[in-house]
Amino acid sequence: MDLLSKLLAENDWLMADGATGTNLFNRGLEAGEAPELWNVDQPDKIRALYQDSVNSGSDIFLTNSFGGTAARLKLHNAQDRVRELNLRAAALGREVADKAGRPVVVAGSVGPTGEIFEPLGPLSHAEAVDMFQEQGAALLEGGADVLWLETISAPEEYKAAAEAFANLKAPWVGTMSFDTAGRTMMGLTSSGMVDMVQGIENRPIGFGANCGVGASDLLRTIQGFAAAKPGMPIVAKGNAGIPKFVHGHIHYDGTPELMGQYAVMVRNSGARIIGGCCGTMPEHLLAMRAALENTPMGPAPTDEEIVAALGGFSSDSDGTGATTAPARTRRRRK
Amino acid sequence: MSDEEEDLILDELDDEELVLQMYDDLYDGMADEIDEAVRILLKREWQPYDILTKALVEGMRIVGIDFRDGILFVPEVLLAAGAMKKGMAILKPLLIETGAPQLGKMVIGTVKGDIHDIGKNLVAMMMEGAGFEVFDLGINNPVEDYIDAIKREKADILGMSALLTTTMPYMKIVIDTMVEQGIRDDYIVLVGGAPLNEEFGKAIGSDAYCRDAAVAVETAKEFMARKHNQRA
Repeated sequence: MDLLSKLLAENDWLMADGATGTNLFNRGLEAGEAPELWNVDQPDKIRALYQDSVNSGSDIFLTNSFGGTAARLKLHNAQDRVRELNLRAAALGREVADKAGRPVVVAGSVGPTGEIFEPLGPLSHAEAVDMFQEQGAALLEGGADVLWLETISAPEEYKAAAEAFANLKAPWVGTMSFDTAGRTMMGLTSSGMVDMVQGIENRPIGFGANCGVGASDLLRTIQGFAAAKPGMPIVAKGNAGIPKFVHGHIHYDGTPELMGQYAVMVRNSGARIIGGCCGTMPEHLLAMRAALENTPMGPAPTDEEIVAALGGFSSDSDGTGATTAPARTRRRRK
Repeated sequence: MSDEEEDLILDELDDEELVLQMYDDLYDGMADEIDEAVRILLKREWQPYDILTKALVEGMRIVGIDFRDGILFVPEVLLAAGAMKKGMAILKPLLIETGAPQLGKMVIGTVKGDIHDIGKNLVAMMMEGAGFEVFDLGINNPVEDYIDAIKREKADILGMSALLTTTMPYMKIVIDTMVEQGIRDDYIVLVGGAPLNEEFGKAIGSDAYCRDAAVAVETAKEFMARKHNQRA
């Protein structure tokens, strides 16, 4: 059995990690630089990034390989280094996890290709499968326990990755970003994702939501998953609030206390793997871990309780349930 | 589709019905039908400019509203924009020939350090759909590229996009450079991108933050109207 499934069997909930990008920028990564290059050029900083997660109580951390598909690396002229960069990302993670003194899952991060699928865009299903497979193979070779697909918008892309991971016989987790009126950019609702995941032959160990808008929206998405009774672990990795421009720098407005509340609320809403995304720093993770350990399980929060604790939603509805859209009157059509 | 009785013959519709049908076909992203309808209207001696504004732009405005309201999503908008483009391909040379009035010209690009372009492409498509001329600088643009392009293209509007919280501050560098060169007020500056918000747009000195492509189009129209009023 893979380590993640084992830990899930033994624990009610697991804590994942926080932001990769935000933390690397704080360590001196320049905007526009590919973070994946640091796996080779600045390995100590990547080890330190992983170590921060372990020290903050994460049971799972994601490797520095989000943009590690050939499609993304191509933008930095590094499309020929997919194996090298991903292998290093996972190998550095393996090193840190093996010294942790407790079981910690190294999750090989796989992000979107950034391309739109045929027929609307240029990317074919076969090309996407190839790219995900190439990246996934390198992450496994480097020692990743599971593959971790994240921030996906298009169902086609999620399915292509699932197929690639099936070819690799790899255990995996896959989350999507719900950032547009409660849906993904491509229009998928939370219940739509549950339907999709259940229709996949090579089912993930867990599925869920990451990034998106703020913690409130993410909670609503998690509740949407739970309402659809997926019968499998739900993952929640929300941003630490909303980015604000303060004295020339970007600052996420979610405090550690707020993220602690978010963690408890999202667990009460049905999530079993809980972490942060953009803006989530070690101090947030510490607060989340403490809140999760010190707060007993309770009922799922109501919309009003979510808004009162974490702020308003970005849209009135999350697109699930009865459609609120006015029916368009149609002319005769063949 | 096989039911011939319900088959719609576009050429049998009167002008008003045909234009309404074009709104539907744009909404459903039916490029071939838009192509055909544009040719029919030309044959009926419509002015290319009228076909553009009364049929295509109006149809895309409806698409824009439903996109803004979370009824349509990116895939549907891409299909609609594709259909619009097919119609535009017929009209463009005719519009130039007839010296039709221009709504305005926009230079658009993702800022330096940022390589994301789905949102920027959507805005460019919707702006073209609304009848603007768009010069797309692509991704990862340093300040010089923006400044050269707005001058060279005699643009009315500068649009900047960023997906990363680490690249959005670069927008301020571009605007500050425009101020230094004394050209800031010659252009309408619109900014957008997932992590941005209105507060940020104001803080860096842009004219407006646009939440999505539909809002960008409406905002651009509004500012262009103000600009024309000032000139009048």
